Amino acid sequence: MVLGESKRILAVASSGGHWVQLRRLRPAFAGHDVAYVTTAGAHRPEVGTARFYTVRDGNRSNKLTLLASALQIGWVLLRERPDIVISTGAAPGYLAIRWAKLVGARTVWIDSVANVEELSLSGRLASERVDLCLTQWPHLAAGPVYYKGSVL
Amino acid sequence: MIFVTVGTQLPFDRLVTAVDRWAGHAQPVSHVFAQIGPTDLRPSHIEWRDFIEPPECQRRMREADVIVAHAGMGTILSALELGKPLVVMPRRAALGEHRNEHQLATARWLAESGGVSVAFDERELAHKLDAADRIDGGTRISQYAGDDFIRALRAFIQGDPARVPRLAA
Repeated sequence: MVLGESKRILAVASSGGHWVQLRRLRPAFAGHDVAYVTTAGAHRPEVGTARFYTVRDGNRSNKLTLLASALQIGWVLLRERPDIVISTGAAPGYLAIRWAKLVGARTVWIDSVANVEELSLSGRLASERVDLCLTQWPHLAAGPVYYKGSVL
Repeated sequence: MIFVTVGTQLPFDRLVTAVDRWAGHAQPVSHVFAQIGPTDLRPSHIEWRDFIEPPECQRRMREADVIVAHAGMGTILSALELGKPLVVMPRRAALGEHRNEHQLATARWLAESGGVSVAFDERELAHKLDAADRIDGGTRISQYAGDDFIRALRAFIQGDPARVPRLAA
């Protein structure tokens, strides 16, 4: 594999704090072909000319919206065929990571900086599935969960 | 202008009520606009709306002299990116305001590290608002994550996943 080769990236985050954290990672995507997935169409102007998708914001207490979200994410994955799926949370990001292997993508989970005392439930579940699981707090790095800095 | 926001997901009546009460007594009178979320609460001394779209939220944050918010990372990071004075009050799961106490942990961390003003309850919030011109803020952070973090992610995106933890160490 040649370093510097352009990859297709799918960057996934729910609207709100997860999205603001994802936005702060943009320099990591420079030179790559990135598409964004979030839960609010109003964020479209923030991504410039990048491809942009919205999905339902599922959570565990509403199985129907979670299923709708999962199907929408599945469709985006099939359409995008990313090399890399990266998410800062929450439920839609976890779903994207779960399904990413179906299209052969490598996956990164970045647990929210808001999780100071413990990894989020999505993060704990994701840590068993992802290729790289990052916490933003050094004291939470253990086993498959690494600390490499934070979005701040 | 004071801009209050509780995010879009959950109400935070304790915060909105505290600001509304304060605004009823404040001298001189301050103009307060609050985004109050999904609630039946009807504040009487401040201008309010339950939801605003992200671009309007960004505009109101830019125009605000002080931002008052729940301890949600979206608002905190956006306020820091704009270099705005910010007071946060954490939602308490113990009071049914969130699913767990992560906002309390965020607030403790912010109180320790400085740069953001933290009110742990309504009384502290009113005190902070009385001294609104002395609220911490104005230190603008970069729009982007730190170089080390970006470098670690770029290494993963470009290279062999198994080597990344060592590559970026």
